[in-house]
Amino acid sequence: MCLAIPGKIESISGDDPLTRMGKVNFGGILKEACLAYVPEAKVGDYVIVHVGFALSRLDEAEAEKVFEYLKEMEDLGELKEGGP
Amino acid sequence: MKYLDEYRDADLAQKLAREIHQVTTRPWNIMEVCGGQTHAIVKFGIDELLPKQINLIHGPGCPVCVTPLEIIDQALEIAARPNVIFASFGDMLRVPGSTTDLLSVKAKGGDVRIVYSPLDAVRLAEQNPAREVVFFGVGFETTAPATAMAIYQAAQKGLKNFSMLISHVLVPPSIEALMSSPDCRVQGFLAAGHVCTVMGYEEYPPLAARYHVPIVVTGFEPLDILQGVLMVVRQLESGRAEVENQYARAVRREGNRPAQELIRRIFKVVPRKWRGVGEIPQSGLGLNDGYAAYDAERKFGLAGRRVEEPADCLSGLVLRGQIKPHECPAFGTKCTPEHPLGATMVSSEGACAAYYRYRCQAPEAATKIK
Amino acid sequence: MSHKPVENFVPACPIPISEYSRVLMAHGGGGRLMHQLISRMFLAAFHNPLLAQQHDAAVAEWSGKKLAFTTDSYVVRPIFFPGGDIGSMAVHGTVNDLAMSGARPVYLSSAFILEEGLPMETLWRVVCSLRDAARRCNVQIITGDTKVVDKGKGDGLFINTAGIGVIEHDRQIAPPSVRAGDVVLVNGDLGRHGMAIMAVREGLEFESRIDSDSAPVHEVVLELIHAGVEIHCLRDLTRGGLASALNEIAGAAGVKIAIEQKAVPVREDVHAACEMLGLDPLHVACEGRFAAFVAAKEADRALAILRRHAVGAGAAVIGRVVENSAPRVTLRSAIGASRILDMPSGEQLPRIC
Repeated sequence: MCLAIPGKIESISGDDPLTRMGKVNFGGILKEACLAYVPEAKVGDYVIVHVGFALSRLDEAEAEKVFEYLKEMEDLGELKEGGP
Repeated sequence: MKYLDEYRDADLAQKLAREIHQVTTRPWNIMEVCGGQTHAIVKFGIDELLPKQINLIHGPGCPVCVTPLEIIDQALEIAARPNVIFASFGDMLRVPGSTTDLLSVKAKGGDVRIVYSPLDAVRLAEQNPAREVVFFGVGFETTAPATAMAIYQAAQKGLKNFSMLISHVLVPPSIEALMSSPDCRVQGFLAAGHVCTVMGYEEYPPLAARYHVPIVVTGFEPLDILQGVLMVVRQLESGRAEVENQYARAVRREGNRPAQELIRRIFKVVPRKWRGVGEIPQSGLGLNDGYAAYDAERKFGLAGRRVEEPADCLSGLVLRGQIKPHECPAFGTKCTPEHPLGATMVSSEGACAAYYRYRCQAPEAATKIK
Repeated sequence: MSHKPVENFVPACPIPISEYSRVLMAHGGGGRLMHQLISRMFLAAFHNPLLAQQHDAAVAEWSGKKLAFTTDSYVVRPIFFPGGDIGSMAVHGTVNDLAMSGARPVYLSSAFILEEGLPMETLWRVVCSLRDAARRCNVQIITGDTKVVDKGKGDGLFINTAGIGVIEHDRQIAPPSVRAGDVVLVNGDLGRHGMAIMAVREGLEFESRIDSDSAPVHEVVLELIHAGVEIHCLRDLTRGGLASALNEIAGAAGVKIAIEQKAVPVREDVHAACEMLGLDPLHVACEGRFAAFVAAKEADRALAILRRHAVGAGAAVIGRVVENSAPRVTLRSAIGASRILDMPSGEQLPRIC
């Protein structure tokens, strides 16, 4: 529900895991987000941020699957129609 | 924007839509739970790409819409007090209470401030030690980790001038309440993707089994929603009722453990009244006793109210998916975003607001835009 | 000098807006509430044919010459923002309003409402900015006014400018000239000004800063006119953004306008800022952008002329006038389905939940 958008971690600060903050880049906009809930996230990772908190790390491999799946559908479709 | 724009690709959307057309042989009622998904569906016109047999029913997943009238009135009372700084997410400002709304309270001199994050409210409390700062904690499980952290940090800092008016609601109990209602027509669910990033989807298999409904955890972009619908329809067509995860790039089965831990430390599950729906047991979050000092309801002595909704407002029926917004006689006539009767018309994710902004502006005008 | 307050004042006619007993911020937002206030209170009270034109500037005949007259007040906060300040805005905004009627801006007035305690240095900076902008636009500030209000009663500095321009051609550039088949153009990417302001207020940082697009457009407009391009209507995109302007014209001209979302130019960082704050770029204010309704056959020529100027470098065709009908603006979304593009409802509230 809630507006949460993907961004890339550019830098991380703070040693205490519960107050770990990161500078996140959303399409060219830099904003701070609390990284307490994504302890495994590193600089360069993409995260989903909601009201100033990163809630999840984006899995690149899983993200690709949507497009792979669509590609499969296309190939299957061509097979059904009897070739390209 | 990466991980966003590529999920709005027109050709791929058309492709998914074609596949849905191919596999659909019967009419199906599918509910998208989350207001953000409703908004995306209406804004991008996703339902227009679907076969006529698929009826998308809009669910109660708009925390702004379901915040009970009593709590809105409490917020208004607190915000009007002279020494209070009332901090809130922007969406709550125009939600009508019994007689007024936060925006009007602001116009009359109340110090109402829009914040982006609950941590901003904690900062306000630190910067204004002589004032009472109250944060309006509205949201589903998605927002609970943020409000939990705010309370945790306020406690760590020993702040005495910070409190929260809490209106957190939980999704799975609402799905259960909907499904157990005798006039429920929902046959499949698109579960709320961002709620599940926090809570995971371990709570859903019992629901899917008990009511024999497929539940697919779904994201918010057009390709996500279309793929989610495809996955639900495939299950429905083959008589399956399982839990699947379309939003796998962001959601893990177990969810976010550190977030769940802090939520459990700060909050406990309580019964909660949902505006337009009624009381659902074990469907809300309240503060644990150890953090009672941060409960604004207790601090300002405002517990124990009962308020009646205006009779004209059929928000409840919209929230339960019984009617579509334009089927309400007040839609676009007595009830518009400028003078809303209920929260579904004023919240940016409310179904009525989405229809009014993007679809039509009169009752019964259900013609699709060509 | 003080006046005795009038006691027991009873308005001769009832206040036309009964839903709200007090003015809200949304009444200044450029959206529906503001239009209601204007039509039910101001237009109803002042009522005359020139006012009824409801265009950016009023066009009146005087001794055989056509003059355009307009006024605007500037209350932007912060006073200084990336890409401009209240002073340059005050010149550009009024010059642009005149240009929207096809007028050549000639004279401006400038009235200041200053808050007690405003640093002189701040005032001087703004005044220099006004002076420089006026010089660049080839207009003279020929009269003005100065008032000071108590500390706390004004946001540092408010400016009102009024402008006079001359219309040196025969074209009727106004909503009634809009025809079915007309093409809708914009002179560049949208939403920069509003997001530049929001970014300062919300404390958003940028990799590369979002600058306001505040700029004068009269030169490029006059060039279009002198080149003989068949322009039917112009409207600058300020508060309420593209959505507001198109709905105003659809309403005034009685037409249905169809816009193609993919064709509307929006910069990536503006798009990202809007996503973050839950705003729609089509509702966000611009300050150096206008929509032009031109005859379909003129689209390419108009684009070529616009693109020769810095302020028109990103010009694009974004839609067309479909037919004469009940006023409506529709948008074909990125994925190919259609929906209404509505007048924004009020003040843009950053959406979070």
